[in-house]
Amino acid sequence: MNTEMFFEKLILVVVLFSVSLLIAMYSTYLERKVAAWLQDRVGPDRAGPFGILQPMADGAKMFFKEDFIPINSDKWLFILAPGIAMFTALITGSVIPWGHNIVAFGRDISLQVADINIGILFILGFVSIGVYGIMIGGWASNNKYSLFAAIRASSQMISYELAMGIAVITVVLMSGSLSLRDIVDAQHGMSWFVFKQPLAFLIFFVCALAECNRAPFDLAECESELIGGYHTEYGSMKLGFFLFAEYINIFISAAVISALFLGGYNFPGMDAFTGNTLALLGIGAFFAKIFLVIFIFMWIRWTLPRFRYDQLMHLGWKKLIPIALINLLITAVVIAFSEGWFN
Amino acid sequence: MESLTNRSKMVSNKKMTFLEKLYLPAIFGGMLITIRHLFQKRNTIKYPEEQRVFAPVYRGQHVLKRDEQGRENCTACGLCAVACPAEAITMIAAEREKGEEHLYREEKYAEKYEINMLRCIFCGLCEEACPKEAIFLTDRIVPTDLQRGEFIYGKDKLVEDVNDRVDISLRQLTGKRKEK
Repeated sequence: MNTEMFFEKLILVVVLFSVSLLIAMYSTYLERKVAAWLQDRVGPDRAGPFGILQPMADGAKMFFKEDFIPINSDKWLFILAPGIAMFTALITGSVIPWGHNIVAFGRDISLQVADINIGILFILGFVSIGVYGIMIGGWASNNKYSLFAAIRASSQMISYELAMGIAVITVVLMSGSLSLRDIVDAQHGMSWFVFKQPLAFLIFFVCALAECNRAPFDLAECESELIGGYHTEYGSMKLGFFLFAEYINIFISAAVISALFLGGYNFPGMDAFTGNTLALLGIGAFFAKIFLVIFIFMWIRWTLPRFRYDQLMHLGWKKLIPIALINLLITAVVIAFSEGWFN
Repeated sequence: MESLTNRSKMVSNKKMTFLEKLYLPAIFGGMLITIRHLFQKRNTIKYPEEQRVFAPVYRGQHVLKRDEQGRENCTACGLCAVACPAEAITMIAAEREKGEEHLYREEKYAEKYEINMLRCIFCGLCEEACPKEAIFLTDRIVPTDLQRGEFIYGKDKLVEDVNDRVDISLRQLTGKRKEK
């Protein structure tokens, strides 16, 4: 790999990292504002005009607090856990195609850091490793309640990964490739997969909510309000990492949902544009979809009460997996039929 | 079995219908309700730019009044301290000396009069109990402070200034018949 390519990818990675952090930061602000508006009140509006500097204030608060490690905890695992959570949250953003290729500085720059041909499988794999972050955090805290809550949170995440994977298989069947770039390109114009696979969209959406530990599946979080939760014993920057990793997960989940079902960077009427205009409009469309999905995540959070643990497990194993499998079967039969396998 | 009173609620143990088991129609209905609140007016009062409207009978900080000649009304009789349900008022009485006739109305006066604002519940019973029309509650709000000790208000904060009398007509004249 020559130095030009290296710098191109390096700059892309840095830009992507900053954008992820910025959007996650302002997601916290937006969450508080949306929560307030849905509850007939006004959110934070004192730090800067309209409270825009509130995330800075929160970050500064986290930074200035004492960063402690409990005496009887497993020191290296304790430090490792938020690192794993943050790492897996950020790295999934590297295979998402953010737009068409841009032509700049005499080069054709691809807006995807790594166009590997198993894109969606990479994302599912790293989401699974993200469960380790929570498990290790709960175990290393040397706290009964943390461990218990971490076990519940990780069992929730594992259960919903299965239905998510099956919903993804239906999309892969329709687009014929695991690479995210190909999946998005198969949804040109307005032929998005949400219209062709509404059930898979619904299943994937619900599972994404569960993977992000968002209400109504926020057992892990609510335990931290009630008794403990996997981030009881964490303070300052480590806690900040856990909380931040959750918001980055939300951003990336919204991006994956938009890429798989809502057409990614495609928008109706895109055939009238070419080159850099098309790329920029595509990026704009993609981010509009991402923000819409993030808003719906928040909307759902402030509407629904949370699931009880047994209701959650029942939903994941006994309802979502059979529905996803039936959907997969029907899709497979229809595709086989349309490709002439039964003649 | 017949119920003894008609206050018991009938519990329904009906199984959920298929549509209810889906959860989805109920979820969408709930989301519709929430989104309507996004477009409604917000109920927040943004203090200190906006202030909330107080009732005319609002009970705020106390004031120890003087009469028209500028003499303190309070005679340290202790009825307000006895009436106070939170035991917030304490006082030490003293005898009026020869040259102090212009300061105090009667021979007994309050040398030290303290109200602990953190104990006070602003009920107004001291105002009702006072026989000398000395203590009143006004509509002023007690300001915040950083130390507990600062909340014990002495005579310097409670007795009104001779030249700058505190207006108590808002509370005292509410609900009274207009004078003919």
